[in-house]
Amino acid sequence: MKARVTVTLKTGVLDPQGKAIEGALHSLGVEGIASVRQGKVFDIEFEGANPETAKAALTAASEKLLANTVVENFRVELL
Amino acid sequence: MKAAIVLFPGSNREGDAARALRQAGAQTSIVWHADHELPAGTDLVVLPGGFSYGDYLRCGAIAGRAHVMEAVRRHAARGGLVLGICNGFQILCESGLLPGVLMRNRDLRFICKRQHLRVERNDTAFTRAYALRQPIDVAIAHGEGNYEAHEETITRLEGEGRVAFRYCDASGKVGGAANPNGSTNDIAGIYSEKFNVLGMMPHPENLIDPLVGGIDGRGLFESLLRAA
Repeated sequence: MKARVTVTLKTGVLDPQGKAIEGALHSLGVEGIASVRQGKVFDIEFEGANPETAKAALTAASEKLLANTVVENFRVELL
Repeated sequence: MKAAIVLFPGSNREGDAARALRQAGAQTSIVWHADHELPAGTDLVVLPGGFSYGDYLRCGAIAGRAHVMEAVRRHAARGGLVLGICNGFQILCESGLLPGVLMRNRDLRFICKRQHLRVERNDTAFTRAYALRQPIDVAIAHGEGNYEAHEETITRLEGEGRVAFRYCDASGKVGGAANPNGSTNDIAGIYSEKFNVLGMMPHPENLIDPLVGGIDGRGLFESLLRAA
């Protein structure tokens, strides 16, 4: 079963990397970019076919490791 | 004093930490991250600087979940001393032994330079050899040293006197241009609730020899030996 975990910074957390990327896009002449915040994507192959089990395991994985819940949010999707 | 210095793949300042501790009179040993137990009679655990696991995922994230951290947690819970330096501070935050998180430096650059710190209190096992509010001249070398935490956490840390060091200039004036990374309230290091765990971004272990240009780092290790 294919799954994707997306980890993003919580609102209000300073993201200097996002700002640097934003600046670089402006320099490149890409129009219309108001702001950029950088996150992470984890593409995970989950063994077994039970969506409930998969969601629970991936939520645990996110809470325990993939996201630092002090400053990050996460979203689990089964693909 | 028996000090156990934990080595993770990518740690690189374990030798410097051992040198500083031995200079002060401690016995040191290196503990591999996959071990389940600390050596018998360990008084102090040190998490040294470096790039454990290549800073993959987040700085200190994988090291913070290493097997040995369970033993470090038990050691801290019964009052044992723990010192986390730089990556070690990041590991302490990721493991939950200290609150908050070390984020990317505000100006994005890896900063490697001499740095003054103000000693916020000199009544802990780590700082008795220093004078209160003494500016000490040590060094920093980090890209992710910007200390951030929820507002309630910062309020609690300040209220409980758990800020160990703040970035300052040579005269001891805190903040402004003297803050190299944007850390909240110019925080360079913090204590746990019972003051037995200290995490700090700067490197006192590298300023212990006049050859390098300063010995202000010695005070921290001398304090620890007095506490033994």
